[in-house]
Amino acid sequence: MARIIVVTSGKGGVGKTTTSAAIAMGLAKKGHKTAVIDFDVGLRNLDLILGCERRVVYDFVNVINEEATLNQALIRDKRCNQLYILPASQTRDKDALTQEGVGKVLDELAKTFKYIVCDSPAGIERGANLAMYFADDAFVVTNPEISSVRDSDRMLGILSSKSKRAENGDEPIKEFLLLSRYDPTRVKLGEMLSVEDVQDILSLHLLGVIPESKSVLNASNSGTPVILDETSKAGQSYSDIVDRYLGEDKPHRFIDEDKKGLFGRLFRSK
Amino acid sequence: MSLLDYFKTTKPNSAKLAKERLQILVAHERSERNQPSYLPQLKQELLNVIRKYIQINQDDISVNFESDDEQETLELNIVIPEQPQS
Ligand SMILES: Nc1ncnc2c1ncn2[C@@H]1O[C@H](COP(=O)(O)OP(=O)(O)O)[C@@H](O)[C@H]1O
Ligand SMILES: [Mg+2]
Repeated sequence: MARIIVVTSGKGGVGKTTTSAAIAMGLAKKGHKTAVIDFDVGLRNLDLILGCERRVVYDFVNVINEEATLNQALIRDKRCNQLYILPASQTRDKDALTQEGVGKVLDELAKTFKYIVCDSPAGIERGANLAMYFADDAFVVTNPEISSVRDSDRMLGILSSKSKRAENGDEPIKEFLLLSRYDPTRVKLGEMLSVEDVQDILSLHLLGVIPESKSVLNASNSGTPVILDETSKAGQSYSDIVDRYLGEDKPHRFIDEDKKGLFGRLFRSK
Repeated sequence: MSLLDYFKTTKPNSAKLAKERLQILVAHERSERNQPSYLPQLKQELLNVIRKYIQINQDDISVNFESDDEQETLELNIVIPEQPQS
């Protein structure tokens, strides 16, 4: 059975695309056949983060409109043969994605893929709604920042009312918190919301804390998902996140400042 | 208050302030989440009717919608000023 994961947040620029690329690569590297879909119609970006922008021929909307087959549009990653990318269309037509069309593509992918990662655009418009509509799991990417937390809470409301699972009265979408761009030093100074603060408000299952890290920009500059940079804390954090998602019990890291010990302390999430 | 004092008093723990603001806001938004969309209009129309007889402020009327598995309740609260305004 395929599992559909939506990476969502409401707010833009919090790290959804960075996260989608990282976890899709992580899942694929673990041997699971994984597809990652860019739902940001008009603002294609995932291809750049994954370094396959020059190999894009057909896109998601071409497949929906039956101008290309799914196999023609899917790009196989050069580093990991279990990873496939379905790029967004650069059309300015906002209605290019339809619920029926997206549903069909997902159904077809589900026949051969284990995980389907949907990189949601920002906002609460059609692209974002369709990215989450069919999801089984939601990775809610949040920054420790007041507007991001509020937007995440709004997305949780939408996930629980406007998804296929909600409409059919099925078991609800499983929601996970990914707290990104975290800076323990600023948290300690009282300048930034802490993991506990965010958890007190959102009370989600914490999948991981991704530290603010320069390696993320380096990774995107070179078109390499940051998870492949094993020396990077952000990369290590995404590896942990994939492991935890797959059921491994790993202690949380990167919550405290370095001095307190390289391996961090065990953090209990709710 | 000098500029220096301003920085001194606001700098410590802005995160705490952010959390408090969020807690209030999120609680409020969650309570509104499942409300029917006609509520603001209903409130405005009720306000207009009541104002034909009593002068009340926008804040003196609250319309709350709550629902659980069993039933939905619409709770209407109107605060009438002590001294009738003329
Ligand atoms: N952990 C991080 N540390 C530093 N910069 C980050 C981190 N995560 C994301 N960024 C940067 O934030 C910006 C927005 O990230 P992106 O993944 O495109 O967000 P979104 O898809 O939510 O709009 C990018 O410039 C990216 O490099
Ligand atoms: Mg994005």
